[in-house]
Amino acid sequence: MGVARKSVLVMLVFGIALAPVAVFAGGRAEQTGTGRHAFVFKNTGNPYGEKQMEGFGVGIGEQGFEAILRAPDQPTAEAQIQIIEQLIAQRVDSITVTANDYDALQPVLRQAREAGVRIVSADSAVNPASRLTHVNQADSEMIGRTLIQAAYDMAGGEGQIAILSATSQASNQNLWIEWMKTELEENPEKYAAMDLVRVAYGDDLRDKSVSETEGLLQTFPDLKVIIAPTTVGIAAAGRVITDRNLVGQVFVTGLGLPSEMAEYIQNGATPYMFLWNPIDVGYLSAYVVGALIRGEISGEAGETFEAGRLGIFEVTRAPDGGTEVLLGAPFRFDPGNIDEWKTVY
Amino acid sequence: MVAEEEKRERKKRSVPPPGDGTLLSTTMPWSWKDFFLQWEWMLVAVLSLVIVVNSLISPFFLNWHTFIRTPASFLDKAFIVFPMMFVIILGKIDISVGSTVALSAVIMAVSYNAGLPMGLAILLCLGVGAAAGAINGFLLVAFRELSFVIVTLSTMIIYRGIAYIILGNRASGGFPEGFSLLAWGSLGGVPIILIAFVIAAVSFGLVLHKTVFGRALFAMGHNARACRHSGINTDLILWTVFTLNGLMAAVTAIFLTSRMGSTRPNVAMGYELEVIAMVALGGVSTSGGVGRIGGPVLAIFIVGFLGYGMGLANLQAPIVLVVIGTLLIVSVLAHKIRFQGFKLFRARSTAATAGEKNQEV
Repeated sequence: MGVARKSVLVMLVFGIALAPVAVFAGGRAEQTGTGRHAFVFKNTGNPYGEKQMEGFGVGIGEQGFEAILRAPDQPTAEAQIQIIEQLIAQRVDSITVTANDYDALQPVLRQAREAGVRIVSADSAVNPASRLTHVNQADSEMIGRTLIQAAYDMAGGEGQIAILSATSQASNQNLWIEWMKTELEENPEKYAAMDLVRVAYGDDLRDKSVSETEGLLQTFPDLKVIIAPTTVGIAAAGRVITDRNLVGQVFVTGLGLPSEMAEYIQNGATPYMFLWNPIDVGYLSAYVVGALIRGEISGEAGETFEAGRLGIFEVTRAPDGGTEVLLGAPFRFDPGNIDEWKTVY
Repeated sequence: MVAEEEKRERKKRSVPPPGDGTLLSTTMPWSWKDFFLQWEWMLVAVLSLVIVVNSLISPFFLNWHTFIRTPASFLDKAFIVFPMMFVIILGKIDISVGSTVALSAVIMAVSYNAGLPMGLAILLCLGVGAAAGAINGFLLVAFRELSFVIVTLSTMIIYRGIAYIILGNRASGGFPEGFSLLAWGSLGGVPIILIAFVIAAVSFGLVLHKTVFGRALFAMGHNARACRHSGINTDLILWTVFTLNGLMAAVTAIFLTSRMGSTRPNVAMGYELEVIAMVALGGVSTSGGVGRIGGPVLAIFIVGFLGYGMGLANLQAPIVLVVIGTLLIVSVLAHKIRFQGFKLFRARSTAATAGEKNQEV
């Protein structure tokens, strides 16, 4: 077959491929977004994220807007970038993102901003240059210090502790871990007999968190406490401790969903743990977005707005130089109250 | 390796002898005109279907932006598709490319942050990628008894391991402002990455279909032993192709890093499988010796637009995975079924040669 025939064929191929474009391009009116607000979580299959998205959907619905709830199949920044590009192309009015990486979303979020999309981060922040404001669950310092104090309490003041985190780039977990280390460093006498031996990363994937927990137990046979500041990690650690009959020898604490952790709180693997209501995180985010759209706030510190059933909130300065809205103090779950919460979220 | 070749040869001997008695006769013009043109038409039909369906499910799909700007969001891994196609034409597979992307990206970021100028860091990245590929090639040439799957599986683990040793669980970035233009910038309205992709596609297409090297790839895919005995330097070709694969993985690393503004050791997880899927969807037989550049090019756009369109319609991620997986298996099945129908239709003596090979898909 000659070159000429081949080129004709190639052109035909592309002609056919693009034919539908020509057919469809004429007849379709362009839709513009009227009150469409997107929420991008870290990844699918994360019950905590599903609760956040649920709360966001409810809050957006109450304000008469339409919610778009998205999450990639893998907890990576690459995948979130693709989703955000798709949302820009749909001309959504705002994007609220729970970031898999503090900095890597900046280029795509700049594109979004240039396209007129309002950007808020929730739960896990993006850098201040990329966002108008951030919705934070609770004071990061308080979370970090509280978890170390809990580990101190469970270990009886001495022994090895380890941290099982989400991905190594997750900005919220990294901030809490920084505060945990600060708490240890600032009180050297109190924690003299305690040793933070390792920070492991389960990537918020169930199987990886299980194998990381097993790795910790293997490497550090004298481990006393595992702190997992992530709901996927703490549930995996609770499972491993229970399955290996280590209840009473190794304790798990951290941030967990009551519905997933009830079993381990009742069997003693986790004497107590903390969390805020993820539904409220999503719900508050929805009202932050609404307030931005209505012009009630612009994301500057000192502004106040009303967030539906949650009441009045204030935008405050965040430790990273941007601004944030704090949901409240973390709530403690123990055998005394787990029964009433395990069916809620 | 050797046993495998012998098996293939034995298989070939058991079929009625082809018309002119040489193995190269399977690439005679008539066979791929009859068969492969049809396969590419099939891909064109699938791509058209994807475009039509996307247009129906989302009002935001059909516009200039989608066809000019959107490819930038899925073309980063496409650079590996071409050399991977060469690898697969040789009847081999390289599953270490995802790790090569991570390793070369990490070394680029770390060396830049250690004070190397960006230009040199990019060259170093390409060098690391090529070296990673060359090591694969060397292992395959030096230790013939090792399976290519095991060799590249090992280097897949090793390369990513090295990336983790260098950077730990951290991210590294802070590149100069201009670097992000590679993935985000455009020339005359056309994204730079799309231009680079077209250049790569044309170059690899010319090498594959217009050079002695390309012809040797097909010949080796059919029967490496016969090629070796007929004086083709098969070791050199194998080595070159794997090095090329590593080099293009580094190109992917550069665009991916530019797109994200930073990198970390766990980037590009599973890229090797996505790339192999695109090559297979493009009608390149995994048993070697068969394939044309147009197939994988179409496959890249089918998979890319499919994912993008479903994203525009806000379908959830698992649904997208299931649809793409289904498309792959249906296509490969269609490939085979169509051929078998074709074989029944044709006189046995002419179809048998091509048939024997293509059934191994």
